[in-house]
This record gives sequence, structure tokens and C-alpha cells, in this order.
Amino acid sequence: MKQLPFLIMLAALLVAPFVVYPLFLANALCLALFACAFNLLAGYSGLLSFGHSAFLGTAGYITAYTTKSWGYPPELAILLGVAASSLLGALFGFLAIRRQGLYFAMVTLALAQMVYFVCLQAPFTGGENGIQPVPRGHLFGVIDLSPNMTMYYFALGIFLIGYGIIYRTIHSPYGRVLKAISENEPRAVSLGYRVDQYKLLAFVLSAGLSGLAGSTKVLVYQLGSLADVSFGTSGEVLLMVLIGGLGTVMGPVIGAFIVATMVNYLAQYGSWVTVIQGVIFVVCVLIFRRGVAGEAMALARRWRLRAGAVAKP
Amino acid sequence: MSWLHMLVPSASQLAQMPAQLLIGLINGSFYAMLSLGLAVIFGLLNIVNFSHGAQYMMGAFVAYTLLNVLGVGYWPSLLLVPILVGIVGMLIERIFLRWIYRLDPLYGLLLTFGLTLIIEGLFRQGFNSSGVPYGMPPEFRGGINLGFIFLPYYRAWVIVASIIVCLGVWFLIERTRLGAYLRAATENPALVQAFGINVPRLITLTYGFGVALAAFAGVMAAPMQNVSPLMGSNIIIVVFAVVVIGGMGSILGSIVSGFLLGLVEGLTKVFYPEAASTAIFAIMAIVLLLKPAGLFGKAR
Repeated sequence: MKQLPFLIMLAALLVAPFVVYPLFLANALCLALFACAFNLLAGYSGLLSFGHSAFLGTAGYITAYTTKSWGYPPELAILLGVAASSLLGALFGFLAIRRQGLYFAMVTLALAQMVYFVCLQAPFTGGENGIQPVPRGHLFGVIDLSPNMTMYYFALGIFLIGYGIIYRTIHSPYGRVLKAISENEPRAVSLGYRVDQYKLLAFVLSAGLSGLAGSTKVLVYQLGSLADVSFGTSGEVLLMVLIGGLGTVMGPVIGAFIVATMVNYLAQYGSWVTVIQGVIFVVCVLIFRRGVAGEAMALARRWRLRAGAVAKP
Repeated sequence: MSWLHMLVPSASQLAQMPAQLLIGLINGSFYAMLSLGLAVIFGLLNIVNFSHGAQYMMGAFVAYTLLNVLGVGYWPSLLLVPILVGIVGMLIERIFLRWIYRLDPLYGLLLTFGLTLIIEGLFRQGFNSSGVPYGMPPEFRGGINLGFIFLPYYRAWVIVASIIVCLGVWFLIERTRLGAYLRAATENPALVQAFGINVPRLITLTYGFGVALAAFAGVMAAPMQNVSPLMGSNIIIVVFAVVVIGGMGSILGSIVSGFLLGLVEGLTKVFYPEAASTAIFAIMAIVLLLKPAGLFGKAR
């Protein structure tokens, strides 16, 4: 019963590519994994990062470059991308967890902007043009990823692995301690937890999984681009998690699909997309802070309470 | 030992040093004015005003519109624009910000980020992203040759004006009765309210004042660069880094670190131009390592 929402989502994702363009879906899945990874940090550890584009983009560049220029197979290229973003995450985390709250957000924002400038100038990123076309290659040397359908199910597999890791983390004793730190840090300290180590590990985990999303995303559209490291991407992932529900397991997935759909269908209206995103931000912060998943859960709880009240007079 | 030569300036580097330091001082003026506004707003509202860059950009565009539609020149704009944009700021505070004071301050960052997207999107829709020229006011055309450097009059004016404005704000907050109310309300709003001071109105006025400062910086910037919808988002992230380095606790701290980092950025352009755009972020990382609370900040 508790797993019902997840099973519905899984079923929907399995049949979806027969109805909707598979590459759009695959891209949305990568964004969903990115949003879940972000949520692990922002929703469960209380560390609001404004610079997650750095991890998505860096891993993407590494994967794009190693497959295109060195001819690496996709699995190795993705692994290298994840390694690079985890390393970057360790560095960022080491610096950023020295400050809390607002300053943490500003520090991550500034560090990500530094990565953006480095990517803009570095010779191997292709500057404004990015790296394209990125070959998808053969998975383990056997499975050809070039058909869009195959690519979709590969992305779905990656998404499920990442989602599983995040789910296990949240529901592990380690995840409970993270939640405790985010709710009352001084108390967690006084209970003897090494708060900084917990935070740093959460940061690295989140960065690595964002990298996994970024590396896969590059293979989907066969493009490693500057947009992925730019500040706009950090804002967008924040929007996804906010719409879906900060600190809910499935909310970020819902939010990612909403944002991806919006960006896709409103692309022709130019800057109005930005305006609409801004309006949604404002609405979410002012009246819709629990997000779609949070509101749904609150609604379900109210129903259950009412049913319970009727059952025992 | 090949890296040692980087520490010893060459003749050509020495030659371009004054010019780059001047540019650094100009940039520093803007960093100082913007981080000052952020600090004033943060002090009372406990909000990091993400839309500060967008409001700076609005200042430049309102000045542009006043000049090209109504024929209002640079000097009146210098006073009019901050008032107009400041009023917009007060409306924003009354309509949006006042609902979130009881929440985690991070929601303030998210809300003002959303407002930034709205403002920037609208301006990008109205004017295109490449921007429009404002034109140098005629009395500032040309410059003076100081021997070691050619100093355009307008740049000299920007430096002088921003120093005056920064010190004026410092005086207003640290040395006047109004500033005393403000500082008291920062410490304990409930108590100040009990003494009969209208704290909500003080909050609205403070936000309007901070926004007006950003708009003033925008007018100052207009003649020097293309007035573009993106000019705000380009500078605000750097200003955030400045604020992390300096700490938002003190007014004087934010002014000093603004100018200082502008100069450091200028110096980087002389010695290692590739790193000029990342220098301030790198300094931020070093400061976080050595003095996590910031140069002038209290541990928080």
C-alpha cells in the first residue's frame, strides 16, 4: 500500500515512451534524478545549494569529451563524469559547510559561477558552442544506444538506480541523522554527532548523483552545453523541487516533469518562460510551500483522519 | 623557479597597472554601493535581496526611458530614478515580502529570486538582451591626462560620487537618530515597537531605501556600458561573493570590502588576465578557509 505511488509511477514510466517522444522523456528523467539529488541536500539536510548546475554540467562535459574525443564507452564515460562531480562536490562542500543558511546558498552560488567561467574559457569545452555531436556508443560494448527507445530505457535504468540510492539514504539511520541536523543542529551536535562530516557526505552524494544525471543527459541530446553549468540551471532545479515538494521523496520527480513540459511547450514564447517561472516561484513561496506532493500527502492524511473519525463513533 | 617571474611585475605590466587599478576602483565603487544596499536590507529584514541586481538594472532602464521618452537628462535622473524605483521596491515589500518574515530566511532568498526572474523576463521581452546605449552626458565628455594615466571625467565622478554616497549612508545609519531607530529595530523589533515607533513602516522604508541605492548605482552605470536586461544578474553574483567575504554585519565592512575587491580584481587583470573573472570567487574560497565568518563578520 505504501509503495503504491511508486508502482504507479514505474508503470507510467514503462509505457510512456509509446505515447510521448522518448527523448523528451529521457531528458525529463535526467532532470528528475537531478532534482531528487538536489532534494537530498536541500530537503533532507537543510542545505539549500544555489550552485548545483556545476555538478550537472561538469559531469556532462567530462562524459561528452571522453566519448567524443577519446572514444570511451558510455558506461566508463558516465563513471568518470560521476567521479569528477563527486570530487568537485567534496571541494565545494568542504568550503560551503563552513557557513550556514543564507551564506551557504551564496557560497555555492559563487563557486558555481567560478566553474561556469572556467568552462567558458577552458579549451576542451568548446566555449559557447559546447561539445556536439556526442556519440552514444555501445553500452558494455554490446547494446547499441543510438535508437531513441533504447536510450530511453537506459535513462530509465539510470534514474531508477539513482532514485533507489536516494530512497535508501533517506530511510537509513544516516538519513535520519541528516534530518535531525536540519531540524535542530545544536541538538545534533550535543548528541555527539559529527555534524560537518554528515553534511559533507550528503553534499558529495548529492553532487555525485547530480553528475550521474548530467552525464546521462549529455548522451540523450548528444550535446554537452554551457547552459548546463550556467546559473539558470541551478535556479531551474530549485523550481522543480519547490513545485514538487521540498523534502518529499517523489515530489522532485513530479516537479521535474512539470518544469520540463513547461520549458518544452512554452519555448516559442521566449522570455515569457522566465516570467512564468518567476511567478511560479513567488506563488510557491507565498502560498504553496508544501508543493504538489506535500499537498497531496496532507490531503490524504486529512481524508484518513476523517475516515477514522467516522469508523469509531 | 619559473613561477617566480609571475611575482615580479614586468615593465609592460607596470605600465598598464594604473589603468587596471582605475577600472578596479570603478568596479569596486559599484560593488560597494550594491553590497551596502544588501547589508542595509539584510540588517532589518533578515532577507538577502536577490532582486538587488534586477533593481540596479531597472535603475539604468528607467534613466534610459526618462531620457529618450520624456527628455529628462542625467542630473535629474540621478535623483528621480532612485525615488521611482524605491517606490516600486516599497510596493514589492508591501505586496510580497511582508508575508514571509516569520519563515526561514531562505524563503526570502527564493522569493526575491522569483521576483528577479519576473523583472528580468519582462525587461528582456520589452528590450532585447543586447541592450541599448544611454549616451554620455555632454559635460562629462573627455578627460584629463594625469601623466601616468588618462582619467575620463565620468570615471572620476563615479568614484567620487560613490564614496560620498557610501559615507553618507554610513553616517545616516551610525550617527543619526533615524539610524539609531533602525539599529534598535534590528536588535529588538518588539521592544522598539513598544516605544511607539512604527516598525512595519520602518521596514518598508528601509527596503525602499536599499532598492533606491541599487537604482542609483544603475543610473551611475548607464553611461559607461550598454543598458541591458542582463547587467544585473552579471554583477549580483559577484556582489554576493563580496558579501560573503566582508560579512553583512557591518555597514563599513561592506563598503571597504567592495572597494578592496574591485582593486584586487583590477590587479588580477594585470598579472593573470585569464583569472580576472574568477579572482573574487577564489578569494572567497580562501577567506572561507582562513576566516569562515568573513573579514568583518561575526560568527553566525
